[in-house]
Amino acid sequence: MGEYSIQELTSIFAMQGFAGLSLFSVLLLMALGLAIIFGQMGVINMAHGEFMAVGAYTTYLLSVISETYFPSFLQYYFLFAILASFVIAGILGYLTEFILIRHLYKRPLDTLLATWGLSLIMQQSFRSIFGAREVSPTLPDWLMGAYQPTESIYIPINGMFVLGLTLVVTVGVYILMYRSNWGLAVRATTQNRIMSGAVGINTKKIDRLTFALGCGIAGIAGAAFTTIASTGPTSGSLYIVDTFMVVVFGGAASLFGTIASAFTIAQAQSILEFFISGSMAKVLTLLTLVIILMMRPEGLFSNKVRK
Amino acid sequence: MNFMYERFLGGKNGAIGMAILAVLILIILPMSLDLFRLNMVGKYLTYAFVAVSLVLLWGYGGILSLGQGVFFGLGGYAMAMFLKLEASDPISTSIQSTPGIPDFMDWNQITELPWFWVPFHSFTFTLFAVIAVPAIFAFIIGYSMFKRRVGGVYFAIITQVIAVILTVLIVGQQGYTGGINGITDLKTIHGWDIRDDSSKYILYFINAFLLFGVILVSRFILTSKFGRLLLAMRDKEDRVRFSGYDVSNFKIFIFCVSAIIAAIGGAMFTLQVGFMSPSFVGIVPSIEMVIFAAVGGRMSLIGVVYGTLLVNYGKTVFSETFPEIWLFLMGGLFIAVVMFFPNGLAGIWDKYGKTQLNRISKMKFISSAKALINSKRTSPARDSK
Repeated sequence: MGEYSIQELTSIFAMQGFAGLSLFSVLLLMALGLAIIFGQMGVINMAHGEFMAVGAYTTYLLSVISETYFPSFLQYYFLFAILASFVIAGILGYLTEFILIRHLYKRPLDTLLATWGLSLIMQQSFRSIFGAREVSPTLPDWLMGAYQPTESIYIPINGMFVLGLTLVVTVGVYILMYRSNWGLAVRATTQNRIMSGAVGINTKKIDRLTFALGCGIAGIAGAAFTTIASTGPTSGSLYIVDTFMVVVFGGAASLFGTIASAFTIAQAQSILEFFISGSMAKVLTLLTLVIILMMRPEGLFSNKVRK
Repeated sequence: MNFMYERFLGGKNGAIGMAILAVLILIILPMSLDLFRLNMVGKYLTYAFVAVSLVLLWGYGGILSLGQGVFFGLGGYAMAMFLKLEASDPISTSIQSTPGIPDFMDWNQITELPWFWVPFHSFTFTLFAVIAVPAIFAFIIGYSMFKRRVGGVYFAIITQVIAVILTVLIVGQQGYTGGINGITDLKTIHGWDIRDDSSKYILYFINAFLLFGVILVSRFILTSKFGRLLLAMRDKEDRVRFSGYDVSNFKIFIFCVSAIIAAIGGAMFTLQVGFMSPSFVGIVPSIEMVIFAAVGGRMSLIGVVYGTLLVNYGKTVFSETFPEIWLFLMGGLFIAVVMFFPNGLAGIWDKYGKTQLNRISKMKFISSAKALINSKRTSPARDSK
């Protein structure tokens, strides 16, 4: 410690803290979609990671297309790719709900197995279409480089972009779920499906759109993910357990809980990684979460519902 | 005698099913396959232990554990630790900088045998540990979760996370566990070489008899009053609770039993295959074992053995010839079983196979139906408390 000056120490803390923030934004983006699907609908979607990969591959595809056919468009394609990822993953989610999930609402454990099967099929499709090697899109110039507030602090711009995107999506989800009529209908369906149907809500349509929205947000997470790491056929499955932990730890139906738990988990992991090895940091974080969940199964923040 | 017949074999149908399975596993397969393939079947049959444990836990108890690989792994690792210690005696490891400890510890600059390895010098302790370690582990998990009424999907997720934790821990602590490669180069039990041909045959038959033993015990559990309570808990948990039963204790018990069964499979796996690695502990193997049970029929102790054999046979055939198609098939299998055949092979057999059989012996069918009606008339009186 003595070798570092105060200024250097603050720089290390600032950068380490920012690394935690980057992890936080990726976790939160993934968890938001899952919190909607699992928290609102009670469906376990093990293929959530693969919907994220759909977004990532869409971004990659668009970057290749714009590189070969419209080189002048290369600076702007990324914003378009985010939208496209949302739409494509959303459409796939809509179809999944229609073909698979809606038959299984009464059997949540079976949904888990069926979506795991779906995730295997999607992974193999990625492998057949895009190859087993990891790919990454060509990023526009404005996403490269680092912001340098002082001489010793480097903050990568792609990290700040992802953080900003996460903020926008989170606010968007909040407005949609808690400030719009549609969100009201979704929450009503969660609380009492039969009564919601009785007051004229088309609950089946709500289910389908909610699932599609969750998958679409996973697609956005995938697009954001490409700025930080490269994408392979199994990238999505690497994050699925962490994401589930974020949602369960936060309290399934609570948006604020999801944010708080993503922040806690991400910061705990990146701070621990500074002191002990990465694998032990992960073990310790997950173990702590499991123990906390054993003592408080409903998660950090939970809606009080009478069951 | 009649009691034994009904309770352990499950009456006529159960006895016939057991007999057919026994003929297949004990006579047909050993006579028709060469040793390499037979050893492979033996490996698959160790997964069948896990599938049987899932019948108890998931089919009848309604508790889906996605961490059965953890118990399979604990049993397997306990056995592997004993074998590894015997394989690394000071003479054959004399080139190491510290002779007498397993080679991977030496590579990781560990100079002394860690304390939790020391008791595994004893074979008796190892056999005890194969049963006790998973049981205690399952008790701790089960106690803390079922007492707080955590169930359903939450239980599935948390068991899954536990599988992840154990895998990351084993891979991360290579010096103590052998890391990603696992514990390899296992040779002898008290000088008896487990790798030569005759011992492979012996181990295959030990494994098969243990599997039959486990199936008989499971049948005994399921046909007992406890088995009926288990079904009642699966379908209407609250009603059982309000009837005065402590639901969580039953759940903890069945979770521990299933952990022990899975662990026996793991120990037999190590003995037959000759190594143990974290790739049998994590999420993917755990979920694959669930699909073995689902394909065979989650309610059928004998069906899951066929399910395990069939899925693994398919996996071997396809991944040798068309590895790309296998994952599509496996994924499709998950979806198809869940959507169209929730009771798996056993369900299909019950629906189509049995009616054919019954048509042949129609007279017998009528008489057994009469017996069934009679037993139903009397059974509620016996149950009411």
